[in-house]
Amino acid sequence: MSRRRHSDGDDGGQAHKRRRTSEPIEIEDRLESLICRVGEKSTSSLESNLEGLAGVLEADLPNYKNKILRILCAVARLLPEKLSVYTTLVGLLNARNYNFGGEFVEAMIRQLKETLKNNFYNEAVYLVRFLSDLVNCHVIAAPSMVAMFENFISVTQEEDVPQVRSDWFVYVVLSSLPWVGKELYEKKDVEMDRLLSQIEGYLKRRAKTHVSMLQVWTAEKPHPQEEYLDCLWAQIQKLKKDRWQERHILRPYIAFDSVLCEALQHNLPPFTPPGHMPDAQYPMPSVVFRMFDYTDAPEGPVMPGSHSVERFVIEENLHCIIKSHWKERKTCAAQLLSYPGKNKIPLNYHIVEVIFGQLFQLPVPPHIDVMYTTLLIELCKLQPGSLPQVLAQATEMLYMRLDTMNTACIDRLLNWFAHHLSNFQFRWSWEDWADCLTVDLDRPKPKFVKEVLEKCMRLSYHQRIVDIVPASFSVLIPAEPLFYYKYLEESNPSAAALPGYQMANTISNAIKNRASNEEIMTILKDVPNPNQEDDDDEGESFNPLKIEVFLQTLLHLAAKSFSHSFSALAKFHDVLKALTECDEGKLHILRVIYEVWRNHPEMTSVLVDKMVRTQIVDCAAVANWLFSPDMAHEFTRFYVWEILHSTIRKMNKHVQKIQKELEEAKDKLEKQQHKRRDSTHSTHSGDDEDMEKNSEDEEGQLEEQIDKLQEKVESAQSEQKNLFLVIFQRFIMMLTEHLVRCETASVDINTPWYKNCIERLEQIFLMHHVTIQQYMGTLENLLFTAELDPHILAVYQQFCALQL
Amino acid sequence: MSAKLNALYSDSYVDISQYRDQHFKGNRYDQEKLLKGSNTLYVGNLSFYTTEEQVYELFSKAGDVKRIVIGLDKVKKTACGFCFVEYYSRGDSEHAMRFVNGTRLDDRIIRTDWDAGFKEGRQYGRGKSGGQVRDEYRQDYDPARGGYGKIASQQRVPDVRSSF
Repeated sequence: MSRRRHSDGDDGGQAHKRRRTSEPIEIEDRLESLICRVGEKSTSSLESNLEGLAGVLEADLPNYKNKILRILCAVARLLPEKLSVYTTLVGLLNARNYNFGGEFVEAMIRQLKETLKNNFYNEAVYLVRFLSDLVNCHVIAAPSMVAMFENFISVTQEEDVPQVRSDWFVYVVLSSLPWVGKELYEKKDVEMDRLLSQIEGYLKRRAKTHVSMLQVWTAEKPHPQEEYLDCLWAQIQKLKKDRWQERHILRPYIAFDSVLCEALQHNLPPFTPPGHMPDAQYPMPSVVFRMFDYTDAPEGPVMPGSHSVERFVIEENLHCIIKSHWKERKTCAAQLLSYPGKNKIPLNYHIVEVIFGQLFQLPVPPHIDVMYTTLLIELCKLQPGSLPQVLAQATEMLYMRLDTMNTACIDRLLNWFAHHLSNFQFRWSWEDWADCLTVDLDRPKPKFVKEVLEKCMRLSYHQRIVDIVPASFSVLIPAEPLFYYKYLEESNPSAAALPGYQMANTISNAIKNRASNEEIMTILKDVPNPNQEDDDDEGESFNPLKIEVFLQTLLHLAAKSFSHSFSALAKFHDVLKALTECDEGKLHILRVIYEVWRNHPEMTSVLVDKMVRTQIVDCAAVANWLFSPDMAHEFTRFYVWEILHSTIRKMNKHVQKIQKELEEAKDKLEKQQHKRRDSTHSTHSGDDEDMEKNSEDEEGQLEEQIDKLQEKVESAQSEQKNLFLVIFQRFIMMLTEHLVRCETASVDINTPWYKNCIERLEQIFLMHHVTIQQYMGTLENLLFTAELDPHILAVYQQFCALQL
Repeated sequence: MSAKLNALYSDSYVDISQYRDQHFKGNRYDQEKLLKGSNTLYVGNLSFYTTEEQVYELFSKAGDVKRIVIGLDKVKKTACGFCFVEYYSRGDSEHAMRFVNGTRLDDRIIRTDWDAGFKEGRQYGRGKSGGQVRDEYRQDYDPARGGYGKIASQQRVPDVRSSF
């Protein structure tokens, strides 16, 4: 068989760079390339390509067996969307070379053990699925596969293990059945029936506390948001009822049946699932995202039902394609659109549903949000006649269901929508959404439109937004992002009467004349303190007027751009530090920023960010400010939560950074100690004595450094814990107040504010679950105790259920 | 156990381009080393009217932005259609190369490329007239970038009133 020439026609229209060499490439690279590329668009049929490739590999086995084994193991793990292409290839190789087949199976088992040991559970699923498809290719004997499944299901009998552990083993078995159910049932129906009934029993008794926290919508209509194992079980039951007839999966091995059934099969070695380790990180449970059904695709092929196994397989494959190619959007879009079997399904609808499913996934999307925006744009480019319409239909549907959508998902939706629009000249039929003007402005629909317009404005400018919406929408248009300076008579007629008015002018002139930090401090000494009754000479105690006069004036002078404001903060860092030594000072500085920039949330965010990074305010101050009564009216604004989560992230990164420094110092010390130990074995001489003393000194210094870093880490962790305590305490206070008030007035607690607040609390848990898990003990003892209102406690309990 | 397959780990949007800064102080190797580890991106094809705020908003989608330096016309000291975006982490800047490069800002497709690092003086256009070199030679009319290219606009016949 001749070497396949890869021409542009094979690329599926990909324009991005590809290594193109005309000089001979190494044989190993060539093998890699041949194996990875098989199954892609080609002028020859898949069967003939597989046949050819099997011949090539068989010939190379004597010299390159290990390399071929490693490549095949890797594609099994990393290209699950091409599962049956590779199992067929292995089947053909096994038919030609029984020993190779056996070695491959052994290598796969070793790889499976490795991946489980390293907590790569998602990849382990693909490996098990690959092994099960090898039964179809006559490489593995069905009874031994059933035995492996039986061992997996026996995990459900274990006691005192997290539910997510047994969940995973059940999932692995169920998710392999679409591929191999038929074959296993034909050979071992009694055992399979027993297996399925054990699974059924387990599913009936497992707890589902976690489900509501992970649902994108709280409503069951039009599509129930099912727990992932429940949905998969329903799909497998239906498959069984259909006598395991599955017609969607591509099965190239069928064409080779005559060759493959002559092959000798191998038995899987008995596989004991590794025991539960305390540091194991099993995958979190999930909820299946559904937004379309067969009524939504008007013409063309019908969408498989929600409990059909086809739906499962299609979604799995699309998820796998995104996982493989998310970094390269053109490739990813092309691969999605060339899904095999696409003519029998409404592919665009499946793609849009899977992408939104990932974007809205709770706790967090698998990939960075902006990837999905760019991927959808790429898909629109490749299918300009059909995909934009599906996307518009999807957007419309999502808008219609905003009332029951999880707040964190609404955030992601509006971010996506505004960014998407900015790539298409903000063209949208806003009048279709005129219904949002007929309800209270704090309801989800008008709120959504308002926040979208604000985000659109950030990506353009105010007048643009005025131009793109109909006049009736003017109430939703964001304010012009202008600075409000209270000491300026044009904006504030009573400016001259304000206590700091004269001083503001003095400061303004001083700054314009390039006064130093010390000079400014001297001028500010004359500012009276409205808080102090007696003239105690405590120096720089909290003086709100000083802060207002200085900061308002400074920011006013620097209002032109972000850079100007940053320079101003940097130049007068010393003054600002001095004015905010105490907590009240820190809180007040944040109040002043809000007062002057309340119409420019973006500027507020970046200034708060700078202040935290330059340590003028600390993270806890930001949290206290956002939860303060002053900010209550802004509490449901999107930007408030952007600021809070950004602050938490900064805190987390700070802790991680110091921890890393500590680890590096410890490593350095260890290396140093090894070096010294090694050198003491050499012969004694004058030089050696000096060297030994030097390295002892170095070690002493390192040990001192490590002690200091250890202290730093502990202090940072303490600050981090305190931040979360502050945030949770504030939530509990606000929510309790609301619940009590409603109870006394006999009013329904479920106001839009309440929904927003409780979901924001959930969001804190979900977005920062890794960090919060360290502090569970404290949280449970101090805050989330049994005395707490059950509505609030439920959030905590659901969170705990995510890893139990 | 299994191979790290080069074919599967393609991340071409993050590769360095062919462009090398001719004013870079150092040899090609040094420049390439810096580019491969840089957290700073050059952003081109901006409208002259695109603001720092807009750039911040867009590029923040890839991660926390450390600083933005808007490119200026050397003579007029006004924005001349490019900027530098620096991230705190390399990972975030890679996301920008993958997902912001080639999308629109202010209705224009912008282009990002790795930069060896901002140094004072690099915020100025290097064209003879003060703006970017590309605007010296541009033949088309682009209202967001000062209209015609500098040379092209000088060659255009000025609007002379016909005299009878």
